[in-house]
Amino acid sequence: MTVPLLQVQNVVRHYAMGGLFGRGHRAVDDVTFEVGSGRPEILAIIGESGSGKTTMARLILGTVAPSAGSIRFKGVDTATLRGRRARLDFMRQVQPIFQNPFEAFNPLKRLDRYLFMTARHFAGATDAAAEQAHAERALRQVGLSLAEARGRFPHELSGGQLQRVAIARALIASPSLLVADEPVSMVDASLRTSIVSLFRTLRDELGVSIIYITHDLATAYTISDRVVIMRRGQVVEAGDARSVLDHPQHPYSIELKSAVLAPEVACDPVARPQISTHTE
Amino acid sequence: MTAHALPVVQVTNLRAYYSTHQFGVQREVRAVDDVSLQVMHDEIYGLAGESSCGKSTLIKTIAGAIRPPLTVQGGSVEFDFGGRRLDLYKASPDDIAAIRWRHLSYVMQGSMGVLNPVRRVHQSFVDFASRHIAKPKAQFLDIVHTHLERLHLKPDVLRAYPHELSGGMRQRVAIALATVCRPELIIADEPTTALDVIVQRGVLDMIRDVQRELKTSLIFVTHDMAVHAHLCHRLGVMYAGRLIEEARTVDIFREPHHPYTSHLIASLPRIGQTAALQALAGAPPSLADPPSGCRFHPRCPQAMAVCSQRVPPLLTVAAGHRVACFAVTPPDAA
Repeated sequence: MTVPLLQVQNVVRHYAMGGLFGRGHRAVDDVTFEVGSGRPEILAIIGESGSGKTTMARLILGTVAPSAGSIRFKGVDTATLRGRRARLDFMRQVQPIFQNPFEAFNPLKRLDRYLFMTARHFAGATDAAAEQAHAERALRQVGLSLAEARGRFPHELSGGQLQRVAIARALIASPSLLVADEPVSMVDASLRTSIVSLFRTLRDELGVSIIYITHDLATAYTISDRVVIMRRGQVVEAGDARSVLDHPQHPYSIELKSAVLAPEVACDPVARPQISTHTE
Repeated sequence: MTAHALPVVQVTNLRAYYSTHQFGVQREVRAVDDVSLQVMHDEIYGLAGESSCGKSTLIKTIAGAIRPPLTVQGGSVEFDFGGRRLDLYKASPDDIAAIRWRHLSYVMQGSMGVLNPVRRVHQSFVDFASRHIAKPKAQFLDIVHTHLERLHLKPDVLRAYPHELSGGMRQRVAIALATVCRPELIIADEPTTALDVIVQRGVLDMIRDVQRELKTSLIFVTHDMAVHAHLCHRLGVMYAGRLIEEARTVDIFREPHHPYTSHLIASLPRIGQTAALQALAGAPPSLADPPSGCRFHPRCPQAMAVCSQRVPPLLTVAAGHRVACFAVTPPDAA
């Protein structure tokens, strides 16, 4: 049995509210799951606002330390990583994609700078030619080219394109795990499809495992292999994506599924007023 | 009833451009180009389209919220509020101020921006609505309380500051605020986009209940076709500043005519469907320099030679179903 890529074991993250007598709040409460045992996979973490899914992303990325429990990446507890070299290596392998690409990029900085800096830090590029080669290859993987992104500022690209650049930046480091926190919730419904389909391509072609954090069950169903449904910091249901979302067991999962709007017209029993015919 | 035979709002050949003159360069962004539509009494009219297709500009021009660099180049917006007729671009500012909130109200996407963050919610109600209701304060608050009760909101929310309420709650308060004067027309601009699924469902149900009860007309703008399917009676699809298809929601979903509309509907992920979805290549065009002819032709799978030369007119193909596409109505027939 191979070691899973990421093991999250009984992780708790406690936030104190108020002073000495203040109440505590468990943003993540005793969460256990694994990603990528055996082969690369897409794991969707589903939950509403306040369910602790963003805290979970931060815990995995190592920007927040767990109050209890352990997060093991390739068998090594991330809390034991010491020194710049070990931290950088971990950062190289676990890359984030954020919710709002317009906030993730500095509006005054050209996009190619992000790509070149990442190539320098994480891909071992030492000169401009190597930086460009890395950037070009990563942008090709997301369906863009360096010519389109070169010298551009974030506001010059659309939200969908910018999110692709963000994914390309993460890919330069040749990571083994991407943590995507609501990557499509700021993107138009019609462009969401192209981005989530891209995740599937990345998994199949580059062997990257992806943690896809979302509240959108429909896209999660389309692309993910397994799902974890969270509520108030706790995992209420987990398992194979198709079986969980086709036949949810937990009342919360059922409520979540029934809240999803199917893109079909329900019969409206109320007769509509007649629309006057247009004269052309 | 004759008053209801007229549309509540009639938009005719509306053109609104953003024109800037900087460093000697004249630049024109044609955000709304020759749009005609009407919204009937007691109807939810959905407006769909990607970001930067001109949806928000269109509703700004309908609401009369025009500030430079946005200028209206032509066309008209006529209201009919229960017999009281008004041409928006001929009316005086006082007349427009008088219809705002009383007859025409607005629900915005970021409800935090609507509610004054340093005042309690009930003061926002006073600020917005008391001049239109024109009753003594105690009576006015009674009206507000009854209204909140009707929307299943607790009167406690009146004492809260906006930051003390959750996003969904704030959006409900914003809807309550927009409907307290029982206006004839409500414009809602992406009111549920920032909310997550369960909260969104609740807010949409509330909007529908309010609309059924008050029998107002509603223009509902969102890029999410699933929301339109759930809520709207009629649907207009915009692409690059133009209205390209308009029909009853049922007809659009059952039988979309325009290739862009078909794509919008086909690209929606559904639970129970695992096949890879086909995304449309390319990006929406820049409105500063739109493609010639039909603005969709560079991305259209059915593009013909004529599509890049002439603008397809919006023609009626079935009762209440208008489409602007040469593949549906061949150019010689037009």
